Amino acid sequence: MGTFKTAAVIGASVGIGAEMVRQLAAGGVRVAAVARRLPELEALQAACGGPERVSVYSHDVRRFEEAPSLFDRICADLGGVDCLIYNAGVMPRVEESEYNFGKDREMIEVNLLGAMAWFNPAGAYMEARRAGTLVGISSVAGDRGRRGNPAYHTSKAALTTYLESLRNRLDRYGVHVVTVKPGPVATAMTEGLKLPLMIPAEEAARGALALAEAGTGVGYVPRTWSPIMLTIQHVPSVIFRRTNI
Amino acid sequence: MLPPLPSQLPRRVFDGFGYSTRSVSGFVDAGSVAELQAAFRYAGEHGLTVGLRGSGRSYGDAAMNGGGLVVDARRMKRVLAWDPATGVADLEPGFTIEDMWRTFLREGWWPAVVPGTMFPTIGGIAAMNVHGKNCFKVGPWGDHILEADLVAPDGNVYRTSRTENEELFNAAIGGFGMLGAFSRLRVQLKRVYSGGLRVRGHYCRDLAEQFAWFEEYTQKSDYCVSWVDCIAGGASLGRGQPHSAVYLHEDEDRTPDFDPAHQDLPGHILGVPRALVGTILAKFNTNLGMRLLNFGKNLASRFGPKSEVIQGHVAFNFLLDYVPTFRDAYRPHGFVQYQPFVPKESAQEVFTNILRLTQARGVPSYLGVMKRHRADEFLLSHGLDGYSFALDFPVTPANRAVLWKTLHEVSDMVCEAGGRFYPAKDAVIRPDHFQRAWGQARIARFNALRAMVDPARRLRTDLAARFGLCGPEGA
Repeated sequence: MGTFKTAAVIGASVGIGAEMVRQLAAGGVRVAAVARRLPELEALQAACGGPERVSVYSHDVRRFEEAPSLFDRICADLGGVDCLIYNAGVMPRVEESEYNFGKDREMIEVNLLGAMAWFNPAGAYMEARRAGTLVGISSVAGDRGRRGNPAYHTSKAALTTYLESLRNRLDRYGVHVVTVKPGPVATAMTEGLKLPLMIPAEEAARGALALAEAGTGVGYVPRTWSPIMLTIQHVPSVIFRRTNI
Repeated sequence: MLPPLPSQLPRRVFDGFGYSTRSVSGFVDAGSVAELQAAFRYAGEHGLTVGLRGSGRSYGDAAMNGGGLVVDARRMKRVLAWDPATGVADLEPGFTIEDMWRTFLREGWWPAVVPGTMFPTIGGIAAMNVHGKNCFKVGPWGDHILEADLVAPDGNVYRTSRTENEELFNAAIGGFGMLGAFSRLRVQLKRVYSGGLRVRGHYCRDLAEQFAWFEEYTQKSDYCVSWVDCIAGGASLGRGQPHSAVYLHEDEDRTPDFDPAHQDLPGHILGVPRALVGTILAKFNTNLGMRLLNFGKNLASRFGPKSEVIQGHVAFNFLLDYVPTFRDAYRPHGFVQYQPFVPKESAQEVFTNILRLTQARGVPSYLGVMKRHRADEFLLSHGLDGYSFALDFPVTPANRAVLWKTLHEVSDMVCEAGGRFYPAKDAVIRPDHFQRAWGQARIARFNALRAMVDPARRLRTDLAARFGLCGPEGA
């Protein structure tokens, strides 16, 4: 981890987020781990070498108004933030023929609005500093609107587009904005689902951090998804709707 | 207008006009006295500091407040009263110099003082006590302000003038926004008898000739300004091209043309569209390129025509607006404009030393402008009976440390000579320079007035913090 001295991971208690915290801390990066569940965070902190290496903050990303002041506090605690990773995401199961606004709203709030609430103060901070890296963990799911979970696909497609705009806005100030699109990852979110090319969270975290370090604009994890999604994106809608993809 | 929690305030990255300094603040705009008062009240309730900002034309950090709230009152831009017989106008603070001439020139009135650009607001101008190329004759803007209403953080609106709250009046003008927000300014405009000025270019072979020129021409002109080639050394040190201008007298222009549309700047400069000039300038924006450019300009002014020409007020005054993109040439790291004021007795010696030192350190100024000034009555005035030397320096990651060190040494020299600095431009001086330039007594009186109108010390700017008048960033 040569590029960053400090990093903040939002959505850090389990899954890819917790793995990223572990790998960043192991690489000598001072990390702020942010998530709702404090016990998980504290266990992670202990496993990563204690408060010297990892600071933990309890925060629900749906409490949007808390994000700017918490961001300021993390900046003060860590002496700056070189890299901010927004990893928080939910994907509640939506059954065939289920139309559930409550679930839809939760996905938009956690996967998309929470990201905006964090990237706003972080973007301003990095623009003023003329340096930094913002990373959004989007998904292959954002590349196409599949039949299974409309709101999840929407939240990730919107996040991908939001990150593209942010990249176009911040590139001229020397700030990198990285869109990571993992395929299925074996975490609690995907437990019990049969999905293709599933990778462990550890591998997904390594792939995401490599993209962050390189400042790559958009990258798939693993890379195998790149040609697959290119193909899927070009399937005409009239055919796509007849498939079970 | 204001969200329930300060964390819900939109944030903005503000930079100085010179692009070389930046900070992040909460942001809100105010469109009335009530909204200004609400902003101060809100800041008080939530423990925020407040910085005031207009057009953001200050080169340094005067209109920034990192970590606090920035209030922009440009929506307040009405003419509250106007008397075409006397040329007295009551203006809201967001009214700009451009608004002024576009509105009042038609009736034969021109702003008594203008800076090199028409975009600053009258609120910002009053706070900075802006001067122009006619300062030696008519003083700074403050000398043409008759009354000022000041919305203070204590919730009061103070009516100030030379006879009412006069101490506050004298301190708020030129007080760089540390005593409150101006909500109304009564200003006296200047009667003109033509849409043009009689302008004449000259040539000076060195700095001694420049000073001699100013001594002679300030006696017989209304405006005097000189471009100084800050790269040429040796016998040519301080060479350059001064310009003088005089107003036309009554009846001198039989058919005066006061149509503001005829004052507009040309769309092209030497055949190049104005919008592209900055891009082309960028190609020359190195020490070597500037040497070439200065050499060319020097030849042109030395051998070019010296006869008098009639030039429009706008074309003569707003040199900066000729090339609106000139500052883009300094991107991405920007530049600082440093403008010391030195008493007339020692100005030549100090300016000579400045040129020598900046050249020797490899940080020559790319643009130098000399002006003559007179003293004025304002508490924190930058004006004195002497000369000012505005100097543009490019900032790069490589030269930043050397440039700051050099300019701090220059500031020591300026303080030694009894000089001062221009807050509207400054980005570099330290608290000790501020203390020495203005003196403990004036600063103590200024702080006493702050204690009266801003007891909780709500008002803060990055500049005031750098001067040592308030806490560090985010405080």
